[in-house]
Amino acid sequence: MNPLVVEQVTVAYDRQLVLEDVSFSVPEGKLVGIIGPNGAGKSTLMKAMLNFIPRMHGNVFVYGKPYEKQRHLVGYVPQRNSVDWDFPTNALDVVLMGRYGHIGLWKRPRKEDVDIAMQCLDKVGMLPYAKRQISQLSGGQQQRVFLARALAQDASVYFMDEPFVGVDAATEKAIVQLLNELKMRGKTVLVVHHDLQTVRDYFDYVLLLNKRVVAFGETESVFTYDHIQKTYGGKVTFLSSTHIVG
Amino acid sequence: MSYTIWILLTATLVGINCGLVGTFLVLRKMSMLSDAISHSVLLGIVGAYMVSHQLQGVSMLIGALLVGLLTTFLVQLLHQKGVQSDAAIGVVFTCLFAIGVVLISLFADRVHLDVEHALMGEIAFVPWDVLEVCGQSIGPKAIWLLGFVLAINIFVIVFAYKELKISSFDREMAITLGIPVVLIHYVLMGMLSLTTVASFDSVGAILVVAMLIVPSATAYLWTDRLSVMLICSATIGVLASAIGYMGATAFNVSISGAIAVSTGVIFFVSLWIAPKSGLLWKWIKKSPA
Repeated sequence: MNPLVVEQVTVAYDRQLVLEDVSFSVPEGKLVGIIGPNGAGKSTLMKAMLNFIPRMHGNVFVYGKPYEKQRHLVGYVPQRNSVDWDFPTNALDVVLMGRYGHIGLWKRPRKEDVDIAMQCLDKVGMLPYAKRQISQLSGGQQQRVFLARALAQDASVYFMDEPFVGVDAATEKAIVQLLNELKMRGKTVLVVHHDLQTVRDYFDYVLLLNKRVVAFGETESVFTYDHIQKTYGGKVTFLSSTHIVG
Repeated sequence: MSYTIWILLTATLVGINCGLVGTFLVLRKMSMLSDAISHSVLLGIVGAYMVSHQLQGVSMLIGALLVGLLTTFLVQLLHQKGVQSDAAIGVVFTCLFAIGVVLISLFADRVHLDVEHALMGEIAFVPWDVLEVCGQSIGPKAIWLLGFVLAINIFVIVFAYKELKISSFDREMAITLGIPVVLIHYVLMGMLSLTTVASFDSVGAILVVAMLIVPSATAYLWTDRLSVMLICSATIGVLASAIGYMGATAFNVSISGAIAVSTGVIFFVSLWIAPKSGLLWKWIKKSPA
């Protein structure tokens, strides 16, 4: 049974279609890059799958059941700039938020949850910053805190919105390492991504998106010059053939 | 002497209530919604009077709660229909407040309730309006009302601390975790309505905004922990109440006015000397030694 099946998702803002008939199905343990130009609806797709914005129609199934019934299996890493980093809290506290689903409504975190949060901070190399106020972290460190939070959530399917934006090289490396570790553990990860140069290195599958699905499948066979041209409307000229094997 | 104690206790309770609720308003960037609700609850109070012919107690709380939630709902609705959120706030609360004003003027000759009282409050009268049980005075009504609302506020914050925290920090993440963010939003607005109406008598609609926002904004300068910010904000509210009352008696000026001025003074002092972001420290660092 595939961990994620998306059927004919359509989204409209003010009666204008921004996503049309998006369908795809992801096998277990794959890293999937969602690629497309600005305004292609990459983030919108993620938000629509997670019910932040209403879908005009379409269904999202997680391990065979509607997403609404399987929330606990899904982890989400929002864009870093979607939260206020001046919020009075520290790195450990943010990671602990990943445990809230396990702790249950209205209950307090247990020691066990704190231990898990600490381990997750350690995995992304942020243990020394556990008690640091989040506004005093660099952009890359903030992103790592978000990833540690996703780890703490211990989900089966992860949605990550542009995790590589504005991070330093060390963080980029840490994220890639983490993605591979998740994959090893049989997790399925969808990543909204904008850097075409790294697609082949990072992802097993790609979803080329421009309001509709241009192509979906294994990176090897789908990430071709033709498909990319089609997705970007012929505006991609800077890629050398080493990055795309057509 | 007990007169002073009652007034100080009233101001203290207002300070704690407003400090606690205000913290979440500041963090959720909804300060101006408190301005809206503090005005529109006037309609709730008048409405409650029309139904129950009483100006205090449970009916007033319910009236304020309903109108407070109505305000929140209408603001949200207009915003969804494409009106800018600050404009939506401006439209909704002025309309509801104005309806309240019109209704008051309709009943003006029959009820002790006037617009000035609602806007400015009169804490000096609080000790004389006592609650009686079996002919025995058990203290001012305002104290009981504020105490009751404080119990609700503390209960909700303790009970739903982590839910309030995550839905304030990262709403989308909260949604994916199945946390009822909409419910929490309305509960918070309900707490705000209750707090506002309970504080109404003492500090009035305008100054309750000062008590809600200024101590919380000040606490934000002093700490980077939510729990500490809550305590700090309530403490600053109490401090401002005490300083304001002493200032008011010393110079024989409006008590609620003096309390609000005190919050402002504490804020500006904090802006300079708070350890986290104090302008003074930045200034000293910048100037050559």
